[in-house]
Amino acid sequence: MKATGLPSVASTFQKIKGQAGARWQELQDSRAVIMVGAATCGRAAGALKVLRAFKDELKKQNLDCPVFEVGCMGHCYAEPIVIIAKPGYPSIVYQQVNPVIAQRLVREFILGDDSCLEFVLGALEENELVPGLADFPRARFEQKVILKNCGHIDPEDIDHYIAGGGYSAFVKALQLKPEQIINEVKKSGLRGRGGAGFATGEKWATCRNAPGKPRYVICNGDEGDPGAFMDRAILESDPHSVIEGMLIAGYAVGAGHGYIYVRAEYPLAVHRTRLALSQARKLNLLGKNILGSDFSFDIKLFQGSGAFVCGEETALIASLEGKAGTPGHRPPYPAVSGLEGKPTLINNVKTLAFIRHIIDKGARWFTGIGTKNSPGTAVFALAGKVVNTGLTEVPMGTTLRQVIFDVGSGIPGGKPFKAVQIGGPSGGCLPESALDLPIDFDSLTQAGAMMGSGGMIVLDEDDCMVEIARYFLEFTQRESCGKCTFCRLGTKQMLEMLAEFTRGKGKIKDLDTLTELAEDVRAGSLCGLGRTAPNPVLTNLRYFRDEYEAHIREGRCPALMCQELIAFYIIPDKCELTCDACVGNCTVEAIYSHPKKRYKIIDQEKCVKCGTCLTACPPQYNAIVKLSPPTEVPK
Amino acid sequence: MKTVSLTIDGKEIKAPVGEKVLWAALDNDIYIPHLCARHDNSAPDASCRLCWVEIEGKSRPVTACTETVEAGMVVNTKGQAALRLARTAIELLLASNEVDCASCAKSGACELQKIAAHLKVKLKTRRFKKILRHLPVDSSSPLFTYDPNKCVLCGQCIQVCRQRLGIGALGFAHRGFNRRMTTFGDQPIGQSECQNCGDCVAACPTGALCFK
Repeated sequence: MKATGLPSVASTFQKIKGQAGARWQELQDSRAVIMVGAATCGRAAGALKVLRAFKDELKKQNLDCPVFEVGCMGHCYAEPIVIIAKPGYPSIVYQQVNPVIAQRLVREFILGDDSCLEFVLGALEENELVPGLADFPRARFEQKVILKNCGHIDPEDIDHYIAGGGYSAFVKALQLKPEQIINEVKKSGLRGRGGAGFATGEKWATCRNAPGKPRYVICNGDEGDPGAFMDRAILESDPHSVIEGMLIAGYAVGAGHGYIYVRAEYPLAVHRTRLALSQARKLNLLGKNILGSDFSFDIKLFQGSGAFVCGEETALIASLEGKAGTPGHRPPYPAVSGLEGKPTLINNVKTLAFIRHIIDKGARWFTGIGTKNSPGTAVFALAGKVVNTGLTEVPMGTTLRQVIFDVGSGIPGGKPFKAVQIGGPSGGCLPESALDLPIDFDSLTQAGAMMGSGGMIVLDEDDCMVEIARYFLEFTQRESCGKCTFCRLGTKQMLEMLAEFTRGKGKIKDLDTLTELAEDVRAGSLCGLGRTAPNPVLTNLRYFRDEYEAHIREGRCPALMCQELIAFYIIPDKCELTCDACVGNCTVEAIYSHPKKRYKIIDQEKCVKCGTCLTACPPQYNAIVKLSPPTEVPK
Repeated sequence: MKTVSLTIDGKEIKAPVGEKVLWAALDNDIYIPHLCARHDNSAPDASCRLCWVEIEGKSRPVTACTETVEAGMVVNTKGQAALRLARTAIELLLASNEVDCASCAKSGACELQKIAAHLKVKLKTRRFKKILRHLPVDSSSPLFTYDPNKCVLCGQCIQVCRQRLGIGALGFAHRGFNRRMTTFGDQPIGQSECQNCGDCVAACPTGALCFK
């Protein structure tokens, strides 16, 4: 597939780019531009109400300013986020904006010139008025490549993407030979960001060289790990970057059709991706004879029905073909025999989003970032017990400590760090001793965890490791398709053992059985889901065996988390006699006053351990504690 | 037909080009435990995870049903790593199976008994907890009964029904531990598309499908 008529491709695109640039410039020349962060995280925090408030107030004030939605900047903890760019001022980012603040911003900043510094998070550019986001401690470690556009352009407007240099890499690629592109990707050392870290260039070459036509390109957006939302954020904030990656991939491997597989639980990602596809089609960036070349490529969006296992490539293909989403044996790999038995390239959302940058800036630029065997950046979704929840992108080789403590600002309330669950249910729990580990594909695998897709859940002293292992195993066990023996029955047996431990039951020798079984499930399962399902348990047992032993031997949960192993107790000396907060809040009337001394007592028989009393007890008394084992409660 | 020579358990054998190790071994009277494999299948199902073998040059055991024979290949069916996986797999299957051989019509002709004996695993496994699903027995068919509690989900019946007979009365439904062989919409077999040919019963390796 050779692209002919090269000058016309470049000049056709130049025209499109010129129009997009003009529209972008028009935006910059307006009185002020208001951008409301309205990805799922922003919407959950009330971004749509804020958007409405801006529109209403502007109308009321008779102002004609562009207001539009942008995606996620990564500062999910500060949502709803609004960026206002007003000529004469730096672009200012406001945090936790509500409709009232929106009104004030219109009246005082857009109409007047008070920039309302009390609501500011930071500024996008260096200036003398507002501290820049670049001066934040986290900025020292972050390097935004594929998240660069996220939160700064309207994902529903293709012109924003094009004006910022979008689709130029694809036009450049059209003027190269497919082999040259594959070589560049190979040289860049890009590894698949879906989790396993397979060399992307190798996959492309295998697919291109495989006999059989047509070939297909599939974008895997079936992100399903608890605590991971990177792919969602990219599809919601910058869908064209993924489409451009697929176009380049399609041209390189010689495919004519592509599919974006997104889970149906991501309605906004589905909506924005669909819109992006139709806009690209309108400009002939998709479709027949793209931009006048002889390369034709179109993409369809396919919604997955919510099965985690469909993130596994053979199961994903089965699901695309209309069959039940169960995996098959590999080899043959999809690159050789995939969709309908044809060579099929499957890449993760993030992997594809990197492609335009590699083509644009070259492999050498890419290898300059990150570590030797894992070049480039890594995107992490920070969740759990961390101050700055949200998205971040750091060069590979950054340590866990830098990500959690510098980018994430550590643990709320200054509590001690206990572990980080990295890579979701396929990854592992790493303890404090691993904090200085430089993160890349190989170092994490060595530590027993896995890069996975990039979810990072931070745990503190209140999290019980046995319960965490049980939680993740319950997830994989529920999401197992049930096809193969090890995953269907092995994870079930493991889950039963872990559930026993959280109830203080089981025997010490069960720990050995659990370890053996976990190793066998890892070695014996048919697909990646089963093979990685034991990881949380195995790392947990390796680093936190003492917690398992406390549960089994003493019936004690050191983190005071496992319900059956704790009891709530009111310390008589601390209890304020006239306060009835706990009594009033108890859902099962388990709390009563001592008949003579008036302090409160919990009837352990009635108590359902919901913890409401603990939150209800005013902080100045702090009279209620959790004890483990329950026999610790004084008679 | 072109053949290749390979060694399995020290015995030199010949097998057709493109044949899988499992069938090459079975054709030469070397038994490898297996439940889901069918020779007439184009792509192996590879779901029962029992046919583990060790092959020289490979660091980990592999399933014999998916491995194509190669000239000079050296296969060992009795390696410790392979046996460990096979034993765990059969123990897992037995732990979630009713195993009432005393009153089971299939007793004596049951593949589970054969595999357990071959791998020297007790039918009443102690290592794992007995986790049963207690599903109702379907005796709606005039010809046979279906006891899902004795089913190992090998899929033999489904493949026979679909591929050889083209009926497709049976299929898998539900996920994970709840996966089971059933009919469209979970109807009783007697009210389904079933034509009572009985081929599925003949294909069933356990007591799940038995003639009345």
